[in-house]
Amino acid sequence: MNRLHQLAVNDEGFIFDPLTGESFTVNRTGLFIINRLKEGKKEEEILQGLLDEFNVSKEVAERDLIDFLEKLKSYRII
Amino acid sequence: MKKVYEKPVIVKVETGFMNKFGESPLYQRKVRTDIDGVSIDELVKKYGSPLFVISEKKLREKYRNIYNAFASRYPNVQFGWSYKTNYLKAVCAVLHQEGAIAEVVSGFEYEKARKLGIEGKDIIFNGPHKRLEDLEIAVKEGAKIHIDHFDEIIDLEKVADKLGKTVKVAIRLNMDTGIRPQWSRFGFNLETGQALDAVKRIAQSGKLILNGLHAHIGTFILDPNAYAKEVEKMVKFAYEIEDNFGFKIEYIDIGGGLPSKNKLKGTYLPPDIAVPPVDEYAEKIIDALYSNLRPGDFPKLILETGRAIVDEAEYLITTVFASKRLPDGRKAYICDAGVNLLFTAFWYKFNVEIDREVYGVNEPSVLYGPLCMNIDIIDDGILLPPLERGTRLIFSPVGAYNNTQWMQFIEYRPNIVMIMEDGTVEVVREREDLTDIERRERLPEKLKIR
Repeated sequence: MNRLHQLAVNDEGFIFDPLTGESFTVNRTGLFIINRLKEGKKEEEILQGLLDEFNVSKEVAERDLIDFLEKLKSYRII
Repeated sequence: MKKVYEKPVIVKVETGFMNKFGESPLYQRKVRTDIDGVSIDELVKKYGSPLFVISEKKLREKYRNIYNAFASRYPNVQFGWSYKTNYLKAVCAVLHQEGAIAEVVSGFEYEKARKLGIEGKDIIFNGPHKRLEDLEIAVKEGAKIHIDHFDEIIDLEKVADKLGKTVKVAIRLNMDTGIRPQWSRFGFNLETGQALDAVKRIAQSGKLILNGLHAHIGTFILDPNAYAKEVEKMVKFAYEIEDNFGFKIEYIDIGGGLPSKNKLKGTYLPPDIAVPPVDEYAEKIIDALYSNLRPGDFPKLILETGRAIVDEAEYLITTVFASKRLPDGRKAYICDAGVNLLFTAFWYKFNVEIDREVYGVNEPSVLYGPLCMNIDIIDDGILLPPLERGTRLIFSPVGAYNNTQWMQFIEYRPNIVMIMEDGTVEVVREREDLTDIERRERLPEKLKIR
């Protein structure tokens, strides 16, 4: 089962995983990415989304996205 | 209009880990944009990164503060600057200007102090490895020689014979002051009677005159009572010598070991709470002196405080070169300075400051140095906000033992600058280049690559 889809995510960036009982907090950018992932968006689409939504260079956003996804993997969220 | 960007961060909410010393993330994040009014950015632009920065002002302040704590309580105090703690010429010179004599522990350090212009009579010569030729020079120049073992007594008697003079000496003692582990490798043990045997031997030969006692009970001593115990034992022993052997003990040298505001790894409390103020040490030490000295007797009290004087006067600026994500989810930063420059990182957890305000949530991070060694870790558990490449981190306090124990391994040692009291910046040790490393090497003719 995909853990990502059952996460309860609120608008303030509080995340609850009913499966494990774990909670997480994300900042605004993190929330943006999590929501896109839940929508099933691909990495390139999320990157483009970041560039459209935020005032950030492609280079920085790309590096940060890779890092954030690595972090999600370490939590076994994706 | 696009929204302001913040690096994406996710943090697991952990419960049950708080303690009463838990700090708000706001206070854990420390920003430093300058050292003594000179901006970090300007320093790095001009002198490169990594960069050691010494504050002349802070160095003098620390010296005066500690010296006055003792001198205001006892009329006969002398500080000996512990060369091994930091023997950069500029550091030694500042402290000599302040009134410290030199405390050296090897022939090399002795040579260094002499070259700087310090007279033999103003040098305390400690250490377990004084070669016969070192001793001969020290005797000729009238240094205060502190004998470490019986072989050294014999060596000094030889030197006395050769030079046809009687030599004033002190002996080094080790003793139980309640500090564990007890330092027992330097000098003669008091409790077993070994120290008394050394005095007997010195008295019998008639070639040496015992005029001082020295002891060094350990390092980063957090209990002022240990020094009180040391002083009590030393004064009692001094009178035992004076009464039975006719020597006059002119000085009592209680060594160093006073802590700085650094955080020993594995300690729970922050240094501001764990490290007692210097006045507490001075109070205990001088109280112990007055309670044990005979009326009207004021032998010179010598202290060889190193770390407590210089540690907080020096900073290391380093730059975040790259970052990566570790398999356990922690963030790792690779800095351009590691244990090659910060040898004391093995024992101490430094204060880490960032050169700018960084927005974002703090997350558990690791700071690595530039070496291809697994042990090159400056901090393996620090909460940091997400840092950009090129962010400067400022480590402190780093003034003690790093500029003497650093190693030249795969990287050059960087510039060291001193910010002078008037705000000007002087290079006090230039960045190394290949010629420094290869100057002593010889390549046999047949191995030359043509």
